[in-house]
Amino acid sequence: MIDAVIIDHAFILAGILFCLGLAGVLVRRNLVFVLISLEVMLNAAGLAFIAAGSAWGQPEGQIMFLAVVTLGAAEVAVGLGLTLLLFRRFNSVDIDQLNQLKG
Amino acid sequence: MNLLWLIPTLPFLGFTILVLSSGRMSRERARIVGVGSVALAFLATIYIATQYYAAAAHGLDHGAGFTVSLWPWITAGSLNLNFSLYLDGLSLSMLFVITGVGALIHLYASGYMWDDPDYTRFFTYMNLFVAAMLMLVLADNLVLMFLGWEGVGLCSFLLIGFWYKDPKNGYAARKAFVVTRAGDTAFAIGLFLLFRELGSLEIQEILHLAPENFEMGGNMPTLISALLLGGAVGKSAQIPLQTWLPDAMAGPTPVSALIHAATMVTAGVYLIARCHPVFLLSPIAMTMVASIGLITLLVAGFTALNQWDIKRVLAYSTMSQIGYMFLALGVEAWDSSIFHLMTHAIFKALLFLTAGSIILAMHHEQDIRKMGGLRKQLPVPFWCFLIGSACLIALPPTSGFWSKEPILLAAWEADPIFWYGAVFGAFLTAVYTTRLMLLVFFGTPEGGIPKTHEPKGWQLHPPLIILAGLSLVAGLFNLPAADVLPHAHEHHPPLWVEITGILLPVVGIFIGWQVFLKGRWQALRMESPAFDGLRKFLASGWGFDWLYDILLVKPFMALAKANRNDIVDLVPKAVVVASSQCYYFFSRGQNGQLRFYVATMAAAAIMIISLALFT
Repeated sequence: MIDAVIIDHAFILAGILFCLGLAGVLVRRNLVFVLISLEVMLNAAGLAFIAAGSAWGQPEGQIMFLAVVTLGAAEVAVGLGLTLLLFRRFNSVDIDQLNQLKG
Repeated sequence: MNLLWLIPTLPFLGFTILVLSSGRMSRERARIVGVGSVALAFLATIYIATQYYAAAAHGLDHGAGFTVSLWPWITAGSLNLNFSLYLDGLSLSMLFVITGVGALIHLYASGYMWDDPDYTRFFTYMNLFVAAMLMLVLADNLVLMFLGWEGVGLCSFLLIGFWYKDPKNGYAARKAFVVTRAGDTAFAIGLFLLFRELGSLEIQEILHLAPENFEMGGNMPTLISALLLGGAVGKSAQIPLQTWLPDAMAGPTPVSALIHAATMVTAGVYLIARCHPVFLLSPIAMTMVASIGLITLLVAGFTALNQWDIKRVLAYSTMSQIGYMFLALGVEAWDSSIFHLMTHAIFKALLFLTAGSIILAMHHEQDIRKMGGLRKQLPVPFWCFLIGSACLIALPPTSGFWSKEPILLAAWEADPIFWYGAVFGAFLTAVYTTRLMLLVFFGTPEGGIPKTHEPKGWQLHPPLIILAGLSLVAGLFNLPAADVLPHAHEHHPPLWVEITGILLPVVGIFIGWQVFLKGRWQALRMESPAFDGLRKFLASGWGFDWLYDILLVKPFMALAKANRNDIVDLVPKAVVVASSQCYYFFSRGQNGQLRFYVATMAAAAIMIISLALFT
C-alpha cells in the first residue's frame, strides 16, 4: 500500500509519459522513432495499471501490465519486421513517403 | 366435365412449346403445333358439349352450369378465389365460336403467313390469345375473367404491332392498348365495388346476391353496371372508346379476323350478357347500353361509307355490328345478341379472311380504288365475299338475317326510336357493303383491271369455303346460350315494321348498285368540292381522333414535357447528392498520412472521454 499522494504522482507521471509518447508518434517521421514513442505510450499505460493495482491492493493491475508488455513485445516484433521490409524496398523509413496504401 | 380444363390448356401448351423453341423450330413443325393445338381444343369442345347435353338430358336444371375447381388461387381475408372453370350454355356457345372459328382462322393463317420470317412468333401469340380468350369465357369468378381479359388485350397489342419494324404499327398497337386500358380501369373499379358491396367475386354468387342486396334502380347497381359497361365499351370498340379498332387493322389480316372481328371485340357483349342480372337492376344502365350501341352503329356506318381501305371498311362494319349486339343487350334481347355474336363471328371472319386473300392476290394492296373487276380472276374469294356480304346486309335467308331481324323487332318493342336508328343502320350497312363489293369485284378501275397472282398454299381456300357454308346455315343453329339468359318477350310488332326491316337493306343494295356501278345520282357520292369538309369529317370517324388528340393527348404531352425533369424524382435525387457530398468529404480523410490518422484518433479519443466525463 502506498500513499494517495504518491498515487497521484504516479498517475501524473503516467499522463506525462503518455503525452510525450503521443507527441513522439505525431511529430516523428522516422518509423523507428514512431515505434519507440508507441512503446513509451504503452509503458505509460502500464505504469497507470501498476499504480492503480497497488492503490486498491488488487493483483489485476500487475496482470494487466504483463498483458501490456506481451502486447508491446508482439507489436514491436511485427513493427520492426515491417520496418525492415519497408527499408529494403523503399530505402527509407520516412512514413510520409510510405503512404502508398492511400486509396 | 372433368376434362374441361383441357380446352384452355391445349392452346396454352401450344404457346409454351412454341415459346420455348425460341424460333429454332422449323415452319412445318410450328404450323403443326400452332394450328393443331387450337384444332384439338375444338375437338375437346365437341367432346365437352356432348357431355353437357348428356347431363342436360339427365334432368339437369335448365340453364344450370358446371363448376370445375382446379386449385385455390387467392386467399386474403374474406376474399377466397379459386382457379375454377364454369361451363353453362353461354360459355359453351362462346367456346364453339372461339375454338371453331379460331381453328379455321389458324389454318388460314398457316398459309397466309407462310412467307413471314417470324412465322413461329405469330403462332406463339395466336395460341396465347386463344388460351386467354378461353380463360375469359370459362372463368368462374370475375378476377379470373379479368386475367383472361387482360391476356387478350396483351395479345391484341402484340399482334397489332406484329410487324413492329414500321413505327406506324407500333403506334397503332400502343393506341389500342392505352385506349382499352381506359375501359379496363373502369372494369377493375367495378370489380372492387362489387366486392365491397357483395363480399364476393364469384360470378354465380354475385348474380344471386345482387337482386337481394340492391334495390331496383338504385344508385349502386347503376354505378357498378356503368363501370362494367365502361370495360365492355373499351374492349368492344364502342363509342366513346372506339378509336383504336380502325388503327388495329395494322396487324396481319388473320389477326383482324380472329381478334378484331370474331372473338376479342365481342368480349364486352359476353361480359354484359354474363352479368345481366346486375344490369337488369338498373334501367338507366340498360338505356345506356342500348344508346351506346345505337350511336355506334350509326356513326360507324357513316364512316364505313367513306373509307378506301378494304380492312378499314370491315373494321367500321365490325364496330357497327357490335353496336347491334349492344343494342340488343340494352333492349333485353339477350339471346338474340349472343346469336348475332355467333353469326357475326362466322361471317365477319369470312369477310376478313377473304379480304386477306384479295390483299395477298393484289401484292399487299389494300386500297379499293386500285381494285376492281376481280371476280373473274378470284372466283373463290368472290363467291365467299358475296356470301359474307349477304350475311352482313342481313338478306334472308342467310344467318345474318336470322340474327339481326329479332334485334330489330326487340328494338321496336323497347322503343321505336331504337328501331328507326337500327333500321337506318341496316340501310347504311347495305349501302357500304354494296359499295365495297362493287368497287372490289366489279367495274374497272382507272388503270385497268389489275393483275393478280394466285397465292400459294392449300390452306387458304378450305377455311373460306367452310366459313361460307357456315354463314349460310348458321341461322339454323340452336344456341345453348338461350337456356342461360332470360327469354326475350314475344314480339308482335306491326307487319309494316317487319317488312321495312327486310326491304330497306334491299333498297340500300339498289341505291349502292346505281351509284357505284351504274353511275347515276353521282351527287350521292359527295365528290364535289363543296362536300370535301363533310367527307373528311366522316372518313376520319367523326373527328374522334382529333377531339381526343386535343382533349387528352396534347395536354398530356404538354404535362409530360413540363415534367421532363420529373419533380417527384427530386427526393431520391437529393439522397444521391447528399450521400455523394458526404463521400467527397469523408474520402478527404483517407489521405494515407499515418500521423494524420493518429492525430484524428487521439482527438476523437479525447472528445469521447471528455463527453463521458463532463456530461
